[in-house]
Amino acid sequence: MSLLPNAAVLLGKELRTEFRSRELLTTTVVFILIVIVLFSFTFDPTSDESRRFAPGLLWLAFLFASSLMLQPCFLREQHNDTLSALRLSVSDPFAIFLAKLAANTLFLLLTELLLLPLFAVMYNVPVVPVLHWLVLVFFLASLGISIAGTALSAISAQARMRELLLPLLMLPLLTPILVASTEVTKSLFERTPFVQWKGIGFLAVFDLVFLTALWLFGEYLLEE
Amino acid sequence: MWKRAMIGAFVLFLVGAAAYASFFIAPEEKTMHVLQRIFYFHAAAAWAGMTAFFICFVANLLYVWRREERWDSLGISSAEVGLAFITVVLITGPIWAKPAWGIYWTWDARLTSTFVLWLLYISYLLLRTLIEEPDRRALLSALFGIFAFIDVPIVFGAIRWWRTQHPAPVIMGGPGSGLDPTMNKVFFFSVLAMHALMVFLIAERYRLEKLRTDFEVVRREAEAI
Repeated sequence: MSLLPNAAVLLGKELRTEFRSRELLTTTVVFILIVIVLFSFTFDPTSDESRRFAPGLLWLAFLFASSLMLQPCFLREQHNDTLSALRLSVSDPFAIFLAKLAANTLFLLLTELLLLPLFAVMYNVPVVPVLHWLVLVFFLASLGISIAGTALSAISAQARMRELLLPLLMLPLLTPILVASTEVTKSLFERTPFVQWKGIGFLAVFDLVFLTALWLFGEYLLEE
Repeated sequence: MWKRAMIGAFVLFLVGAAAYASFFIAPEEKTMHVLQRIFYFHAAAAWAGMTAFFICFVANLLYVWRREERWDSLGISSAEVGLAFITVVLITGPIWAKPAWGIYWTWDARLTSTFVLWLLYISYLLLRTLIEEPDRRALLSALFGIFAFIDVPIVFGAIRWWRTQHPAPVIMGGPGSGLDPTMNKVFFFSVLAMHALMVFLIAERYRLEKLRTDFEVVRREAEAI
């Protein structure tokens, strides 16, 4: 089983590339920030209104941001002509996906956690008492977005108009993530917060199903 | 040629008979009266559309495993036909909803998930137009088709759990549901007619796709000379 060691090495490479420039992280953070500010004009962000709308807006912002953030995932390899080298270097192409989706999950989670305090202050929602639950939802949803998104970015990287195509492929596919994570977040922002286990379980199932699909079909996505 | 025309005429007859049955043979429903009769088309088209998407899924899987062009042609044909049927569903739904619910559209579970399903397959067709090379287009769109089909039950589940207004399933919907026997017969006849139409359209579309790919091959050969 060389899958996990291989994936770990590749993950190290992904993280090194990103943290050298931090391009992805900074642009995504700024993008979400812009969306959050713009959204505040579409309704009156009082405490009660925020409770109703903020979770949905937060997840829409994350989802849109991720559709931009996942663009360079395979494009970068294509521009530098490193995809064939990557494929030759591992015995199981699933390792490439595993590394990329782990890196993407990490980046997404990082931006989400970075923006959470700001969001809480601006939209007046108490996040501290439910922070650990929020982190769990953020993790499961980001993982789901990254699994499906990484697979789709491998597809869109090989097409024309790829910058437009990825959101078109990704967003309808990720509807379940949006619905479930919004609902769970909403119940966590209630005056008496509660945990929707149904939603958390749902997110976990989504992750599992798509991880299995990626494991089964991933190698075909990287064929020359 | 004659054979195809005969089959086409037969399918047309079936659809016509189903229309006749749903207007004149099926008994009138107690609360919705004549309005309910659209159900024979609406639900039957939905079933046929879903079957077409299932055929597309199977064709996609077969393409990924076998890499034969015909599975790619079947994939695109059934996706387009399925999309046409789901479009009919999305149009007949609001026609029924306006008098019954008082509004054309509501963000209810089945409406929303059908709409998302429709969007997923629009994306599938869009993806196909954006990849030039035939083999790559076939493979990548087959893979997206597989992911999309896997997503369908999850989308339905998610939206059904968290929001709903559509009438509960009447057929195979558990205790308390069910149709009048005549209605049931008319409904299943409509389902049969719609499936016949769906299969006929897929076969015709498949033939067209085959002509197109053959033409493409000839054109390339001519260019090479």
